[in-house]
Amino acid sequence: MVYENPDGIRIGLEVHVQLNKLNTKLFCGCSTDYHDSEPNTHVCPICLGLPGSLPVLNERAVEFAIKIGLALNCSIVEQTQFHRKNYYYPDLPKNFQTTQYDYPIAAEGKIIIEGEDGEHNVGITRAHIEEDPARLQHMGTIDKSKGTLINYNRSGMTLIEIVSEPDMRSPKEARRYLEKLRSILDYLGVFDGDLEGAMKADANVSVFWGERVEIKNISSFKGVERALLYEIMRQKNQIRRGGEIVMETRHFDEARGVTISMRTKEDEQDYRYFPEPDLVPMRVADWVPKVRETLPELPDAKRARFMEEYSLGETHARALTTEIKVANFFEEVAKKVDPKDAAVWVSDILKGELNYRELSIDAFTVEDMVAVVELVTANKITEKSAVDVIRTVLDDGGKPQEIVEKKGLLKVEDDIVATAVDEAIAENPEAVADYLGGKEKSLNFIVGKVMQKTKGRADAREAREKVLAKLNE
Amino acid sequence: MITKEEVEHVGWLARIEIDEKESDAYAEKLNSVLDYFGQLDEVDTEGVEPTYHVADIVNVFRKDEVTESMSQEDVLANTENKQEGNFKSPRIM
Repeated sequence: MVYENPDGIRIGLEVHVQLNKLNTKLFCGCSTDYHDSEPNTHVCPICLGLPGSLPVLNERAVEFAIKIGLALNCSIVEQTQFHRKNYYYPDLPKNFQTTQYDYPIAAEGKIIIEGEDGEHNVGITRAHIEEDPARLQHMGTIDKSKGTLINYNRSGMTLIEIVSEPDMRSPKEARRYLEKLRSILDYLGVFDGDLEGAMKADANVSVFWGERVEIKNISSFKGVERALLYEIMRQKNQIRRGGEIVMETRHFDEARGVTISMRTKEDEQDYRYFPEPDLVPMRVADWVPKVRETLPELPDAKRARFMEEYSLGETHARALTTEIKVANFFEEVAKKVDPKDAAVWVSDILKGELNYRELSIDAFTVEDMVAVVELVTANKITEKSAVDVIRTVLDDGGKPQEIVEKKGLLKVEDDIVATAVDEAIAENPEAVADYLGGKEKSLNFIVGKVMQKTKGRADAREAREKVLAKLNE
Repeated sequence: MITKEEVEHVGWLARIEIDEKESDAYAEKLNSVLDYFGQLDEVDTEGVEPTYHVADIVNVFRKDEVTESMSQEDVLANTENKQEGNFKSPRIM
């Protein structure tokens, strides 16, 4: 099946990724660990733009950028430099943003997403390094604001801006692209996607192969899909009414789920880009082979290996390889139990219970997962009981074995049933004789005795079969 | 040639208010500065690489090691406009 793209939709995304796994900011030694701190406590003369301060580039930030470039199948530029993008807004106290312009560190890559019609390539135009601006907080409502509060803790954090080609053909594909990107970045260990501000996206979209409209200020993956659905509908309505789509920038209003035109008075040329005189050029091409060696097995490769090595189906393999932590967890469990059982219990059951509680895989141990799977596969507890055990571990703590005992979840073992059958037959010769003489009802009496002896934990039908088998010997 | 409108636009980009009279005067002055620099166009630069940096050095980096930040008190020492540890500015959109 080939996806026809009947409305001629083209979507491109610009994603800003904050490299919050670095210890320090891009151009100064301020710690990146500001998320739970008081405002303006992780700043210094450099990220405050005080006169006389000079930026010095974080070596590891460049390594991370190259790593990301390689993981996105980009080529890494021979020589590169920084530019100043000039604009007057207090989120950057220097009145310019240090960014890359003519030579982005990485360019011309691609990633594969799960598209409308199977695997689909999305081109990566470029990826460049720049600094994150400060956080602005507007007091009161937008039209009645009393002022703006500025916290520079975020200012100067390292961002990688990843620009895609307009290769996505639906809002769903845009979401899949973001998910794939996040998965790759998660594998690289360059960012913690759960931290506030870790990933932000701007989108551009056109319909019927027409002019593109840019949408800014989208704060979540769900927001991207919603903003695009709205914007596509708006453009189609406009055209149906005989209107035209003009190239413009619109703002996504998350609360109302609509995009609003925002008149921008600044064009590209108004940014007056020029090479940053305070930073020398970088010649990093010879780092590439070394950085390439540090690349981990990436999601696509891991998924293929899981299918091959553990004989998993596509769905399980995909679910288990989206997050590196889950993939590692699965592999540890699969060392101890049948991988197929491990896949079912980790992917279908545990992940569901974790998602429901908004917990990460860290909330459960490999040891406990192995214990649960072993209990089920050894037929000691039922699947229903196993789910109960997982829920109890997550909600109240404790070890699976203890929980099984405390809750009396152990299935009655076969030999206990067998002993009970033998005893029930030996102790009730009259009933046995009656049954053998044709009195069907006597069988129920003997089965009832078995159930009594096992305190009702034996399966009644199983007990009946065992008694029958014994009597017919 | 720089026009009066361009002067006003550049003024807006720098958030500087420039009135009618001033914009005429600035246009004239800026044009004379541009003319002066225009003399550089006479130099033949065929085949010369652009110079971005006068010092011929590349790859200056620092290690990813944390250094001490300023105290919040010091950070806000130069402003009267503050609230709960933040800088406070007039409303901006």
